[in-house]
Formats: sequence, structure tokens, C-alpha cells
Amino acid sequence: MKVLLRNPRRELDIAGPRRVHALLNDLQLNRESHLVIRNGTLVASDEELSADDVVEIRPVISGGAQ
Amino acid sequence: MKCRVCREPAIIDVPRHNANFCAPHFLDMCRKQVRKAIDDFEMLQSDDRILVAVSGGKDSLAIWDMLIDLGYSADGLYIGLGIGEYSDVSGEYARSFANERGLHLVEISLRDDYGYDVPTATRATRRVPCSACGMSKRHLFDKAAIDGGYTVLVTGHNLDDEAAVLYGNTLRWELPYLARQLPTLPARNGFPKKVKPLVRLSERETAAWCIVRGIDYLVDECPMAAGNRHLGFKEALNTIETQSPGTKTAFYLNFVDKVAPLLSAFALGDDVVLAPCARCGAPTTGEICAFCHLVETASAHEPVPVELVTGRGARRR
Repeated sequence: MKVLLRNPRRELDIAGPRRVHALLNDLQLNRESHLVIRNGTLVASDEELSADDVVEIRPVISGGAQ
Repeated sequence: MKCRVCREPAIIDVPRHNANFCAPHFLDMCRKQVRKAIDDFEMLQSDDRILVAVSGGKDSLAIWDMLIDLGYSADGLYIGLGIGEYSDVSGEYARSFANERGLHLVEISLRDDYGYDVPTATRATRRVPCSACGMSKRHLFDKAAIDGGYTVLVTGHNLDDEAAVLYGNTLRWELPYLARQLPTLPARNGFPKKVKPLVRLSERETAAWCIVRGIDYLVDECPMAAGNRHLGFKEALNTIETQSPGTKTAFYLNFVDKVAPLLSAFALGDDVVLAPCARCGAPTTGEICAFCHLVETASAHEPVPVELVTGRGARRR
């Protein structure tokens, strides 16, 4: 599957199928600070992603000091 | 994975609630959390004139959208910080959001209206970028709210923001800051009432709100905030949260409920005598307020491109 990552923007090819939580674990990304999007729709953590999916892993942490 | 409410396929899991939700019921959960924050902390009245501080990021656009969705009328305030392409793009997101919904967006430009921008102020003051940025925003939010006749200023601070600030202030036992870290700050001494209706939603949830609602927002992080202490605190708390879901919620909301009332005597400002700044009229303890000092220093400095003040090396200069 193709995986788009941000900050910095980059694209990875990852073997599938794979569940969302496993993909995040493999990439050492915290589930609290990322969402996974497929075709513009959120994908829950136990959903299986197929080998031909294109997904975005979007970081959700933002902000400087208050 | 099924929605807790309707048993249809879920689109998101929310471990802190030990629940999964489909899109409509996720939005309902968010509305209920914001409604509860507004009610519990006496944030808004139906006749309030509301100004929402909008950055073009997920939190501020989400809370503006939620307030309209909940039936409030609210204007937005966008401050152009002059942080290169990041600011250019953030302004486009804020304007598009307002235009598509027929909402009123007030705009202020640091460079055009005050003769400086955040990269230049950072270099001129030799302080960390978030210092000049935060001071500028706080001053201009207050001024825009007071000058515009708004009765309440809404900011998009979420649960993660508040938990991270609380964590940082607790590590240093900053009692005056802890005493004032409340979701509602009443109007006082020439400052507007300020509220944070997103304090019961995590930033994963506010981002999910935007995605489900089709709100385009600026995903990329501020290039000047990279590596700051606040982001490190968020990362630490998220590591704990993953092991023990609900920790951030308990940490922050129990602080507000149980600890903040015990600290009220330490709050800075309640007994401080404030007088109008001789230049801008904002309340201040000195003759000239800190913002006017910043304007004087930064506007006299040659403009500095953002590329020269980003990165760890630049932060120490």
C-alpha cells in the first residue's frame, strides 16, 4: 500500500494487508497523535488495509506555547 | 469494530471513552462534550457577542464550526503572523472557511498594521519564537474583542493543549500560572472574558471532527514551533495516555475541579493595579505595555525571513 506521511511530507510503500494499529506500530507512531485516512474517510484502528490501498497518516499534534 | 450507539461500522476508536463511533455518532459525542464544557464552566450565554480566534488550523476551525452548529452566532479573528508560506497558507484556510459559510472574519496583519512579523520579532528580541508570537496574539485578541464590542473571546485550546501546559507548570510548580489555568477567565480590568470550549476534546478528536465535516485546515506544523517544550510535554503525555487511556482527561479536569480552587490566592493579577498603556491604552502595570515595547523593538529591526530563525541552531541565537 502507499502511505503518505506528513511533517515532513513523504510517501512509503508498505506491504499489505495490514491492520491500522499494526501499521502505526510498525512505523512507531503513537495512536493518540495520528489519524489514518483512506479515500477521505477515517479508518478505525482494527480495520484492515489492503495492499492496493492509498492511505494518509495525519499527525494531529499542533501548537506552540500559550 | 462497531459504533457504541448504533452498532454500524465505526470510523474511529476513542480509547479514553472505551468506545468506537460511526461518523454521525462521533459528531454527536463531540457536540455533547463541547455543550458540557460550555454549561459546566459558564462559558457562553445566548446573547453573547462571540469572537473566535482563528489560525486556519484544526482546533480553531473546529470550534468555530461547532459553535455555529450549536446555534451560536460568532465572528472570527485571524492574525497574519508573517511566518512565510506557513502564514500565507493558514490565512487562505481561514478565509475559505469563512467565505464558504458566509461568516465574518476580522483580519489583522502584524507586518501591515504594526510593522513587524514573528520571525523578525524573534530575532530582534533574541527570545524563543513562541514568546513574541504568543504575546502578540494575546494582546491583539484582547484588543480586537474589546474594540469590536464582543463580550467573549473563544480560543481553540483543546484537552491536549491544556494538559500539556498543566504538566509543564506542575513540573516547575508555577503556582501563579497554575492558579489561572482555567477554562473560563471572566472579564476583568479591561480584559475580555476568555473561554476554551474544546477542553473536553482531545486534538485527535478535533482533527477527526474536521475530517468528518469536510473542513480543510492547515495540517503542517508551524516551522517555528518545531522542537519546543510544549510539544515535548504533549508527546510525553500521549505515551502515558496510550498505556492508560483517560489519563489526560483526569489530569486536567480533576485539576480544574479539585486543585485550581485551592490555588486562587496565588493568581497573579487580581490585586495588581493596572493603568492604561500610554501608547495603546491596553491595561498594563507599567507606563508602556509589553506589546508596545515589542512593537518598538521589532518594527525597528530589518525584516528577517523565517528560514533564518527556524531550526534548533537558530533558536539559540
